[in-house]
Amino acid sequence: MNKPMQVVDPYAGERLKLSPFHERQAALNLRDAWSSWNGYKFADYYYDEEYEYFCVRNSCATYDICPMQKYIISGPDAEAMLDRMVTRDVSKLKQDRVTYVCWCTDEGRLIDDGTIFKLAEDRFLLTCGSPSLAWLRKSAFGYDALTIEDVSDTLAALSFQGPTTCEVLKKMGLDGIENLKPFSIAHFPLAGSNDSPLMVSRTGFTGDLGYELWIAPELALTLWDALYAAGEDYGIQPYGEAATNMARLEAGFIMPGMEFNEALKTIHFEYDQTPFELSLDWLVDFKKPHFNGREALLKAQRKGFNYTLVKLDIDGNKPAEESLLYADRNCEKEIGYVTSAMWSPVVKANIALAMVHSKALKGDIWAEIYYSKELRHHSKIARCVVKKAPFWSPARARVTPPAAF
Amino acid sequence: MKKYDAIIIGAGHNGLTNAAYLAKSGLDVLVVEKNDYIGGAAVTREMHDGWFYSSCSYVCSMMRQTIHRDLNLTKHGLVLVPYLGTVVFADNGDTMTSYNSEEAEYNQLRRRSPHDADAMFRFQTDLARYAQLIRKTLLRTPPDPTSFKPRDIRELLWLAKEFWSLGERELYEYIRFFTMSAADFLDDYFEDDLIKAAMASPGVIGTALGVYSPGSAYILLHHVMGDVDGNIGAWGLARGGMGAISNAIAGALQEHGGTIRTGAGVDKILVKNGRATGVVLDNGDELYANIVVSNMDAKRTFTQCMDKNDLPPGIYEKAKNFKIRGSSGKVNIALSGLPKFNNVADNRYINRGGQGFVGSMETMERAYDCWKHGRWSEDPFIESVIPSAWDPTVAPPGQHWMSNFVQYCPPKLADGPWTPEKRDAFGKTVIDKIERYSPGFKDLIVHAEVRTPHEIEAEIGLTEGNIFQGELTIDQLLFNRPFPGYAQYRMPIKNMYMCGSSTHPGGGVSSACGANAAREILMDLKRPNTVPEDDFYDE
Ligand SMILES: Cc1cc2nc3c(=O)[nH]c(=O)nc-3n(C[C@H](O)[C@H](O)[C@H](O)COP(=O)(O)OP(=O)(O)OC[C@H]3O[C@@H](n4cnc5c(N)ncnc54)[C@H](O)[C@@H]3O)c2cc1C
Repeated sequence: MNKPMQVVDPYAGERLKLSPFHERQAALNLRDAWSSWNGYKFADYYYDEEYEYFCVRNSCATYDICPMQKYIISGPDAEAMLDRMVTRDVSKLKQDRVTYVCWCTDEGRLIDDGTIFKLAEDRFLLTCGSPSLAWLRKSAFGYDALTIEDVSDTLAALSFQGPTTCEVLKKMGLDGIENLKPFSIAHFPLAGSNDSPLMVSRTGFTGDLGYELWIAPELALTLWDALYAAGEDYGIQPYGEAATNMARLEAGFIMPGMEFNEALKTIHFEYDQTPFELSLDWLVDFKKPHFNGREALLKAQRKGFNYTLVKLDIDGNKPAEESLLYADRNCEKEIGYVTSAMWSPVVKANIALAMVHSKALKGDIWAEIYYSKELRHHSKIARCVVKKAPFWSPARARVTPPAAF
Repeated sequence: MKKYDAIIIGAGHNGLTNAAYLAKSGLDVLVVEKNDYIGGAAVTREMHDGWFYSSCSYVCSMMRQTIHRDLNLTKHGLVLVPYLGTVVFADNGDTMTSYNSEEAEYNQLRRRSPHDADAMFRFQTDLARYAQLIRKTLLRTPPDPTSFKPRDIRELLWLAKEFWSLGERELYEYIRFFTMSAADFLDDYFEDDLIKAAMASPGVIGTALGVYSPGSAYILLHHVMGDVDGNIGAWGLARGGMGAISNAIAGALQEHGGTIRTGAGVDKILVKNGRATGVVLDNGDELYANIVVSNMDAKRTFTQCMDKNDLPPGIYEKAKNFKIRGSSGKVNIALSGLPKFNNVADNRYINRGGQGFVGSMETMERAYDCWKHGRWSEDPFIESVIPSAWDPTVAPPGQHWMSNFVQYCPPKLADGPWTPEKRDAFGKTVIDKIERYSPGFKDLIVHAEVRTPHEIEAEIGLTEGNIFQGELTIDQLLFNRPFPGYAQYRMPIKNMYMCGSSTHPGGGVSSACGANAAREILMDLKRPNTVPEDDFYDE
């Protein structure tokens, strides 16, 4: 007797997870340019990375942040626990506000950075790039009145960035969205619903005007369709990792695996970083009570630190990728290394983030840049100038209501 | 009586660039502009409620990035965004899309001609090689080949070395290239007529030449030598229209203390004892300065704004015979929606690109025939872009503005002067042609601005409406631009300079003419050079 053959994918266990937005995104991924992030199939780009980058700067674009790690920490002890874990003062955070934080080992080395959303008095959402449940559990030692829930797979999210985003959300029917301040949260109905299943925060990773949209996975495609319908006349486009990386570098934001090596994954002694070295001193609040890494950080602050992360404006147009930095044109005294570099299409400058010996910051900085031309390798020495302000920081990103695009 | 260090006549983008660099070195500069607005041919104007037209130039790729960066033009509001490929339309309704991925482009060319798809690689490589050489000269003052000054000899040697580095065979090709027609050049690569027509079209833009006329091959190169962020041959839009470029340069000028006076047309350049001393405005006001820099074209400068008796012998004649024939018109159209074109997929990326109504090589040549006979083309070549499909700031959401650059349109008609009726008839020819490829197009039209060479001259002072301030043929290029012996921005009158597109490296929104002129002026005044050297070409 012929039984119908059962089709079993023998490789099912090795395949990547698909985001709740995948169906729509796959249709637009004309270049089949996929990579992965935290087990999800994830687009490097959809059509052209530079085009998508320009959607972020010129019109509006969506970036799938479903693979980001998300945790709900709730209960009477939730705030105290987070406050002990991160270096910033969480007790100052008001409801419906978001704050950027980082957390460290006892040695004061950076484990990860992320954002905390205060959803209610005793309910917080923590988001970060790498899986962190184990560290959260460890950090909860001694706090009994709380629960930690990993919602990475059960809370879908879309980052929506660019100058026309506010207009599009308005057109989508998000009443009063223009009054949402940077780092604030609001809830909205979706597609005429009576409840408010859509959470919107005015946050992002591009340094531009932008929002992050949070939704239950079952409503993900409803959200997508409503957003894309409203965005049609405003140049909406999905973007991937490549464009994100460009935009965040112009904004001066750090990336794990680029600017910092997560402390819990660092083998070599002090190849990880303190927040001071990453120029995140403003995230470290010694005025609040004990927090993880406090003693070590106090000591580090007294002693001074070897490296400082700086923004560099570099002569010429050859990105200083993986360049070493020197105090002199002859490249005799090495003083640091470039962590991320690119030609910035919007400011027309050759920009980089770099770790430089703190003591060498006052002197000249030269980069030895390697590039290749039709297979032949060349190098050049270029002068670098330290910049204080982000390379790209338009007023619309800070103003409420955001000025017309 | 106030005396400026420098007066610049004309607030075109080159005049503004020149002024910005002079101001940056500490000079007290004044720009006088006849119009009530600045920008010359790089301008954005709200011609209809909510619609902002780039009335003249509409796309950007020659803008020197070094200057953008050096003058901090982004801070002053300039953002350049690349736009996507162009669909070309054949007479028989066929279309060919240019895709931005090499593979997609290859597949598409193969469908027309496998031979041409392969040949495209060699074509692109050869063009890039030629372009590379020209690119290196953009921010340099051409040497004077008859001078024995060390600097000229050094520059000549440099130029010779650059030419030699092409290799012997390519050197000969290159020299041939300057005098070839676009058609002859393309015949060496392609067999498909639509591919040829598409590639030939940049060879005639802004030029009173046809695709079969000698010299059109170089024009082609002139249009592909620019780049957007290093993608050579790519074109971009200035966010907010081309005026954003001029406005940003004006911002830099003002930051460095320079002033601009609009509504101040120059009637005459004042000359005393063989030296320029200032200008007389249309209203009779006299303004004085140590040096005078003209951003106007060479013909206008010498034949309209100077006294023949103030000029050394021969200059007036040279200026009078300067080749500056207008050949193009522009139709700017406000649309209530995005037009749909026959045989073009509703593809969001293609929609954000441009349209090239080329027809065929034959059609382009016939279009030129009309120009020769003093008529506008009955079946013109039109190069269109819909900037609003990509720039959200130039039209109301969901509505659009379409820029249509039209060849050919003569400055003088055989049947008497231009009239508003003839202008509108020209506009109708263009709109009718687009309607043929986009049924229903006319119903979308909300407003249209039709510009013939006549309007272009009247408004910007581009003589005969020539978009480049003088044709880009070998007799008027490099050390021959505008005239042999005067290619280094200094004019035959002491203390007088030129900085517009009539000078090297010629037309297009590049800021190069203005910057190069500033470098020469600062050298004469023995002031520190503020103009950057272009180090962006070792691609
Ligand atoms: C229709 C059209 C389309 C074009 N398309 C493109 C394009 O897409 N891309 C591109 O790169 N280039 C394009 N060009 C060419 C480019 O725009 C020009 O080469 C460039 O803008 C010239 O700049 P300029 O500063 O040298 O001179 P202009 O822009 O000509 O500036 C001269 C200035 O002098 C002023 N002036 C004239 N006479 C007087 C007077 N007597 N007194 C005071 N002021 C005076 C004028 O009003 C004007 O502001 C186009 C040009 C035209 C006309």
